[in-house]
Amino acid sequence: MKKPLDSAELNADDGSLLIANISRRAFLKDLALTGLVLAAGFPMLTRADETAVSPDPQKYGADAMPHGWVDNPLVFVAIATDGTVTIICHRSEMGQGIRTSLPMVVADEMEADWQRVHVKQAPGDEVLYGNQDTDGSRSMRHFFMPMRRVGAAARSMLEAAAAAHWQVPVQEVIAKQHQIFHPASGRVLDYGQLAAAAANLPVPDRETLHLKKQEDFRYIGKGQVGIYDGQDMVTGRAQYGIDTRLKDMFYAVIARPPVFGGKLLSYDANEALKVPGVVKVIELKSSPPPAEYNPLGGIAVIAGNTWAAIQGRNALKIEWEKGPHGSYDSLVYKAELEAAARKPGKVVRSEGDVDAALQSAVKRVEAEYYAPHLAQAPMEPPAATAQIVDGKCEIWACTQAPQVSRERVAKWLKLSEDDVTVHVTLLGGGFGRKSKPDYVIEAALLSQVMDGKPVKLTWTREDDLQHSYFHTVSVEHLEAGLDRQGNTVAWLHRTVAPTISSTFGPDSKHQMPMELSMGVINVPFAIANLRIENPEAEAHTRIGWFRSVSNIPHAFAIQSFVAELAAAAGCDPKDYLLDLIGPPRRIDPRTLGDTWNQGESPVLYPVDTGRLRRVIETVTDAANWGGKLSKGRGLGLAAHYSFVTYVAVVVEVAVSEDGKLSIPRIDVAVDCGPQVNPERIRSQIEGACIMGVSLATLGEISFREGAVLQDNFHAYQLTRMDDAPREIRVHLLPAAEYDTPLGGVGEPGLPPIAPALCNAIFAATGQRIRQLPIRDQLRKD
Amino acid sequence: MTTLTINDKPIKIDLPADTPLLWALRDFVGLTGTKFGCGIASCGACKVHLDGVPTLSCVTPISAAVGKKIVTIEAIGQDEIGKKVQDAWMSLGVPQCGYCQSGQIMAATALLKQTPKPTDADIDKAMSGNICRCGTYCRIRAAIKQAAGISEVTV
Repeated sequence: MKKPLDSAELNADDGSLLIANISRRAFLKDLALTGLVLAAGFPMLTRADETAVSPDPQKYGADAMPHGWVDNPLVFVAIATDGTVTIICHRSEMGQGIRTSLPMVVADEMEADWQRVHVKQAPGDEVLYGNQDTDGSRSMRHFFMPMRRVGAAARSMLEAAAAAHWQVPVQEVIAKQHQIFHPASGRVLDYGQLAAAAANLPVPDRETLHLKKQEDFRYIGKGQVGIYDGQDMVTGRAQYGIDTRLKDMFYAVIARPPVFGGKLLSYDANEALKVPGVVKVIELKSSPPPAEYNPLGGIAVIAGNTWAAIQGRNALKIEWEKGPHGSYDSLVYKAELEAAARKPGKVVRSEGDVDAALQSAVKRVEAEYYAPHLAQAPMEPPAATAQIVDGKCEIWACTQAPQVSRERVAKWLKLSEDDVTVHVTLLGGGFGRKSKPDYVIEAALLSQVMDGKPVKLTWTREDDLQHSYFHTVSVEHLEAGLDRQGNTVAWLHRTVAPTISSTFGPDSKHQMPMELSMGVINVPFAIANLRIENPEAEAHTRIGWFRSVSNIPHAFAIQSFVAELAAAAGCDPKDYLLDLIGPPRRIDPRTLGDTWNQGESPVLYPVDTGRLRRVIETVTDAANWGGKLSKGRGLGLAAHYSFVTYVAVVVEVAVSEDGKLSIPRIDVAVDCGPQVNPERIRSQIEGACIMGVSLATLGEISFREGAVLQDNFHAYQLTRMDDAPREIRVHLLPAAEYDTPLGGVGEPGLPPIAPALCNAIFAATGQRIRQLPIRDQLRKD
Repeated sequence: MTTLTINDKPIKIDLPADTPLLWALRDFVGLTGTKFGCGIASCGACKVHLDGVPTLSCVTPISAAVGKKIVTIEAIGQDEIGKKVQDAWMSLGVPQCGYCQSGQIMAATALLKQTPKPTDADIDKAMSGNICRCGTYCRIRAAIKQAAGISEVTV
């Protein structure tokens, strides 16, 4: 217990920081003391939506997110007298490299030397920092421009301070690599020497800022900056949520109801309390539906170390009542989804006359695709540490949603939000699981039980796999009619899957616009007769976000079906896909019935079939599409537009005589607009390829008698080194101008992997996979 | 009371003898670089070296580690090969979330100590006990080859 508290230090106030103090309350106090009039720079008043004149009353992008964005340099940048520049990262680091990439944007614009930059993680405080929900592949898309302005404003203040000091016009000075130069006189000052003076200057108006020209970028678009936390990660010093250590801390695990909605009938803690190290066993109440972010309740075991807590939990004797979902069975449910998918359902988009066109078609093709529940399974399971001192709760958590965590903890502890601090540690993976702060609330409740003493709650892997907010389960029913030339003249898609909204409201049985907009309603095919239906599906577990969400089943079905249509028409799948997409055009997503459009403006972010075509052409060229392959080998293509980014994939497979699958290579082409940190974009896409292979070949969470069958990695298998693609080649389309809209990166690589893989298997073997995971479907014994 | 030799230091541990080394390291000694991932010897996140042998600390009771030289991620950089592996990890930007990388580096270092010029099959064998959910396997393979001074990629 003698180790210093790195995660606590991470967020401690630092007296040496002159321009700003990142603590909100201290920041306000400083304002009062110095009398600086910074109202114009204060977040509540700087939201673009309150100042910009827009004919469109609808808000989009970061403007539409809770607490919007903030571009005040006083909030994000501090400069110490030794020149150390501290840049705040307000988004959670979970492997996407955001603690490198966003501060790098600030550093570039302010001409700070990256070697002298220190990155500090913001606690949950959206009023101060803007939106912090690290999800939806949004961090760079929404904060590239605000962070550029932060950097530019800080540079401008440093330039003004130097000019005033030298008594020269500000136009005569220039900022370069941590120094301000006055070329005419040869004078130079380091940022550290200017920090105090710059701090006393007003923040320049947003409209007066000069952003750098892109040819002057030092870091942006270069991919030369290493991962900020890399050295800590390879030496074991990196601090994740599960690593928090506080003085006199207790360790806890919880036995939760095995069935969602189940309740505790009785328990016997006698044996548990005999386990050496166990301190307390306590019941936590379950919450009535909807699930929201509420803890599941159960029996908590609190001990002197994690192992003792786990042993204590093993020794509990508990009787549960299963509740309303006690008969949830994945095999039965699959049949229910299939039955629903074979009957008409709620029409969510309709063009032309599909029924007539199907009737008169020369050839009809019909197929159904199944994609099961998945668990995010971040390598670091959910974990959080809480303590309550003098009515103030302090939390350290690996969370994608620090502000939401703070709000919910305040509500559960009946505290004011100002009395709850949520420190954000590194996340050992998130993938959507850590957007839901049920585990953070649990930790706070356990500290409360222990009279405010620090308690670290750890979810074991069994907890993580059995009590997640699971990726939905889906049946996609597709029918098409082909004319004499093999063209698709009718397209009917019924998508049936329990919706995420069921987690937040009663009786939600239809997919939300958000889910439908994930590749199904906005399918950009030029087909005259097209109908999309969404029959009902009831949820029997907590449905939640999983990296790329509903794009997974939608892309799997649609991109597989296109290849099936190509085969039916006797065409090359690439040519057939390009024909379906049709000529390059920019489609207003609203005309496709897509009212959501990833939260982005339909004007700035139309569906651009030219860009979709381009990634397909790029990836097929790179993969030598149409070339000769040896027996048992095949190439499969899939393309998908999601998170306003265009991705096309060619997977090469080799299937042995006895049906063993291997993946020698994946080529991926990505058009995500301007690329801020191409190196991390590549790593995200590589990772998406492997996660995509993992879910396609092995991923399945299934239920019997209401409970999850898989309890650890032997049962919920993930792709390992020996079965991973041997080579992944990422082809980034040339970056557009940096003032054009950015696309997402973290998620869009994932959806096209499964269909490309299954199309490759078809090319290699003639066998069509319609049910995920593939598992041993190829085995020939 | 059990005395263990951890990173060349004798450390007294006041925990039951059947406590897994993982939790002794993390909760008692405060060496949190060794990670919990599964608790059943299935993911490799908890890998340490016991007398140079890669060992899953989540299923190794502290009683089984008595008298052995325990090396964790925090000290592997003091080893010449361990340092080379860490440097290769940095130079190729291997980590994403980084959580599994302690175990990956311990596995890779053990491999290279045993097999200085591993083939792809050697790498598969040595590394397939370690799960990376972010999907950094291709870079891990490349980094192992870089640390081994292998320039040609053998598929």
